Amino acid sequence: MNVGLEHYLILSALLFSIGLYGVLAKRNAVIILMCIELMLNAVNITLVAFSRYVVPALLTGQIFAIFVIVVAAAEVAVGLAIILAIYRGLEDIDVTKINLMKW
Amino acid sequence: MALTISFWILAVVMIIAALGVVFLRNVFRAALSLILCFLMVAGLYITLSADFLAAVQILVYVGAISVLIILAIMMTREVQRGSPPNRLQFPAFVVTILFFEVLVLTLINTPWQISSTPPLAPTTASLATLLFGEGGFILPVEIAAVLLLSAIIGAIVLAREK
Repeated sequence: MNVGLEHYLILSALLFSIGLYGVLAKRNAVIILMCIELMLNAVNITLVAFSRYVVPALLTGQIFAIFVIVVAAAEVAVGLAIILAIYRGLEDIDVTKINLMKW
Repeated sequence: MALTISFWILAVVMIIAALGVVFLRNVFRAALSLILCFLMVAGLYITLSADFLAAVQILVYVGAISVLIILAIMMTREVQRGSPPNRLQFPAFVVTILFFEVLVLTLINTPWQISSTPPLAPTTASLATLLFGEGGFILPVEIAAVLLLSAIIGAIVLAREK
């Protein structure tokens, strides 16, 4: 059985769903950030798979994936800095207990 | 044939590693599992003949982002406390399953126009032409540079000791 576009799409859908579950169901802020990375990777796989199977000569999907990686790197840097700042103030990074801005 | 075998090995290991990120109790082990998952994604890029992107994946994700995440775990001392689920565990599970079902149904029932052209073998030169050449993506590249700079400055300001 040859591997086609659908295999990659379903695989990345599965990876995205695992990341989504982690984001929704975890308390630890670092774990939530890691799960967001999983979701971004799933989207990247989708983009590269479309680029490979739908427009193999154009490479547009790979360009998009590069920009997604750039944004992911920026997001991780700022997110971890925010987590460190919160930890310094509250001594905890349990997202259910961080409710300073909750009305 | 070799492509099919490597795809299945990469896919199975990647999904197991991703499940490890979510379900391992120890946060540090979850981070190591995440690194394994990133490596498997790089392998998947190679099976999709995206060689430059696989190198970027290993450099940026396996090299830089995982180091940042492990540093954050070390600095917040959350390793002992583990990563317990919150109260929304069961609703989150249901929502995830439903989302996955909808996604798979949509993906299977859409008639994708698959091209039979063979992919470009070394992609680096073509990607560079697209990114920096005439009529390419030079403006997004500049914006990405500004975004990275502002993210670095923002991270330094946020994480600095007062």
